[in-house]
Amino acid sequence: MSQKVFEPGITAGRLDADAYAAQFSDLHPPLDVHEALVAADRCYFCHDAPCITACPTDIDIPLFIRQIATGTPDAAAKTILSQNILGGMCARVCPTEQLCEQACVREIAEGKPVKIGELQRYATDHLQQQGKHPFVRADPTGKRVAVVGAGPAGLSCAHRLAMLGHEVVVHDARPKPGGLNEYGIATYKTPNGFAQAEVDWLLQIGGITMKTGSSLGADITLDALRRDFDAVFLAIGLGGVNALGAEGEDKGGVKDAVDFISDLRQADDMGAVPIGRDVVVIGGGMTAIDAAVQAKLLGALNVTLVYRRGRDRMNASVFEQDLAASKGVRIVTHAEPVAVIGNGAVREIEFEYVDDNLVGSGQMLRLAADQVFKAIGQTLQGDALPELEGRKIRVDGTGRTSVQSVWAGGDCASGGDDLTVTAVAEGRDAALDIHMVLMG
Amino acid sequence: MADLRSDFVGIKSPNPFWLASAPPTDKEYNVRRAYEAGWGGVVWKTLGIDPHVVNVNGPRYGAIYGADRRLLGLNNIELITDRPLDVNLREIKAVKRDYPNHAMIVSLMVPCEEEPWKFILPQVEETGADGVELNFGCPHGMSERGMGAAVGQVPEYIEMVTRWVKAATRMPVIVKLTPNITDIRKPAEAAMRGGADAVSLINTINSITSVDLDLFAPEPTIDGKGAHGGYCGPAVKPIALNMVAEIARDPALSHMPISGIGGVTTWRDAAEFLALGAGNVQVCTAAMTYGFKVVQEMISGLSEYMDEKGMTSVDQLVRRAVPNVTDWNQLNLNYVAKAKINQDLCISCGRCFAACEDTSHQAIAMTDDRTFSVIDEECVACNLCVNVCPVEDCITMEAMTPGTTDPRTGKVVHKEYANWTTHPNNPAAAAAE
Repeated sequence: MSQKVFEPGITAGRLDADAYAAQFSDLHPPLDVHEALVAADRCYFCHDAPCITACPTDIDIPLFIRQIATGTPDAAAKTILSQNILGGMCARVCPTEQLCEQACVREIAEGKPVKIGELQRYATDHLQQQGKHPFVRADPTGKRVAVVGAGPAGLSCAHRLAMLGHEVVVHDARPKPGGLNEYGIATYKTPNGFAQAEVDWLLQIGGITMKTGSSLGADITLDALRRDFDAVFLAIGLGGVNALGAEGEDKGGVKDAVDFISDLRQADDMGAVPIGRDVVVIGGGMTAIDAAVQAKLLGALNVTLVYRRGRDRMNASVFEQDLAASKGVRIVTHAEPVAVIGNGAVREIEFEYVDDNLVGSGQMLRLAADQVFKAIGQTLQGDALPELEGRKIRVDGTGRTSVQSVWAGGDCASGGDDLTVTAVAEGRDAALDIHMVLMG
Repeated sequence: MADLRSDFVGIKSPNPFWLASAPPTDKEYNVRRAYEAGWGGVVWKTLGIDPHVVNVNGPRYGAIYGADRRLLGLNNIELITDRPLDVNLREIKAVKRDYPNHAMIVSLMVPCEEEPWKFILPQVEETGADGVELNFGCPHGMSERGMGAAVGQVPEYIEMVTRWVKAATRMPVIVKLTPNITDIRKPAEAAMRGGADAVSLINTINSITSVDLDLFAPEPTIDGKGAHGGYCGPAVKPIALNMVAEIARDPALSHMPISGIGGVTTWRDAAEFLALGAGNVQVCTAAMTYGFKVVQEMISGLSEYMDEKGMTSVDQLVRRAVPNVTDWNQLNLNYVAKAKINQDLCISCGRCFAACEDTSHQAIAMTDDRTFSVIDEECVACNLCVNVCPVEDCITMEAMTPGTTDPRTGKVVHKEYANWTTHPNNPAAAAAE
């Protein structure tokens, strides 16, 4: 064991060099052929299957599993991808235990659902690793659509529009396309450059021009896009991060969890990513879990995830909570941050215990911290956007906004859970609606 | 533990589980280990006249799989022993000498002439073997040469050869029948006329297991070609059970001892063969799939079952189900059942609904919350829902009480037995008055 494990402060290389590869390898190794056949055989091919209903993209799950079982994984992949063009990523990051696998009748019967997520990955990997793209474009329509944001919603919308024969230009503020797939998901969920490989594969459809480093407000404006294109789809995600509202949160060592996750995803060498000895993550969603687990994997000695409500209210699934616990993350609930303490840089963080209604108890908790990650939710950023509903762009069921010829979807739009799979569904459905409107 | 000792046509064995004539019983090395593993007897792999046959050097077997590559059906194109006669005879004698209390049957197949039989039988007798089994069943390779199933498909040949054999030996003679015929009773009757002490069945069924869709050749494929083989294993059990029962319930054949063969894989399979009239069972594919040890489960399972039923000897199980095997026209048409779904066990997969709605009688209702229930007005008790339900005992067939009204027909359920022979819709019905 490296002695750097005990070193206080934020430092890189806490672990031995060869430990990082193992720490950040695939969370679920892919199923091999026999495992896939055995897993597929457990599917009952239910009538009007509950798993389909539970899937935000309505993938015909019994059909694709039967296609795997009969030795045609590429046909299975096409079944998946025709509903969800990012089926490969969703197979890796979907909280299946809250969606399809929760609805699986074998979960009800035995507490052991069919491994739908892993089977989906088996099929989509099989197709994509051959570089095959199973869809072709329709004849050109002469219509042009601008998509702002190359995350799951934007990519899904762009692909469907391109498939229908439209010309699509995708703008994204970041240097690489992919959005949260590329910047916002734990490394061990999508290792080996899968996010970029998936984007490259998706773009094989043709008819999509990708413009990265092009941000709404700075490089392009909604008005100009409306003028130059027949339709606009906004999928800009949530660019801002909520503030803690605690005294001293501007001290050194306090960082947004999304930035930490993004840095990790872009790092070539995990050993070069600095991490604190005592890390505190504040929040209860997937981002909080991803940050906490990865802090631990980087070699932080003590990682505490603090959430202001009970475990049952956490947005992170039970699977994710258990994953964090299994990696050695301590989860503290019913504690709200009050003050970040330290001389320049954080040394401790103080919480007050609160009840279910967030009423303070007067009881305090102090945790040693040389690094604090904030993961208490993201916010929409931008001016001159269509009308909002709450803090998001108001959309109807097919993504139409208050502005003529402008649609929106994904995390920036109202309605739906902030999940990759939901964003894909919203992008796809908006594309179909745009197509209907443009083609009369 | 129940007494499993078996006496089949005077041949005694510690239990009714014999290894069938096949590769597992090909040589001394195997047969000794089979006895040690617990097998009550073996039928030594079929001997022939020298020069011995040769086998193909490519694949001899093909398989059909269920879930997790569970072997459900096996097909083979292997021939009879491919070792010299004197080697086999020497080994048989050595093994029998060391295992006097285990059954040793020798399977035989020689050309369809009397002389070869008169030549080989005394040599077999000299080994001390307990009996012979005449292989009239092998459906591939040997049948092309006028032996095996080529004999078994012609009752006159069966009778003729059996008579020759009986005249040439004092050993009990078991005639092994091929299922590749239309009516199993005909060859069984021929064996009986020839003087056979017993019949054994079934031998393997003509089969092509699969087709290689790249080579466009049947499997197993030998250099791009394939020949039909003989099918065995769990998949053939229902066919074998029926053929055993057909013989057992035929009044003219009912005294003919039967050695039951065909897909026996567990103690339960064996018990079913015994109940349908087999005096013992022969096993091959289960041993070839799992090894000799599999007999231990058959012994413990049959023993436990017999204890539960208060049976003290295997004979008490033999033929117990035969009286209940009947013709369709004897089935009680006044018996009315309805499917019933146990909602506590139901996992809402909807397979019963899909099966009934799409392919049967539209007798299952489905609600928005995925509750499935039987519509008694439509249910004909076909049993398909029971068969497709993945949960054991979730759907059951419940007999209606006589005196109640069947909501499907609006008629009162009679307690009197009535069958098709007297039904008014039967043009040939005997007058019921």
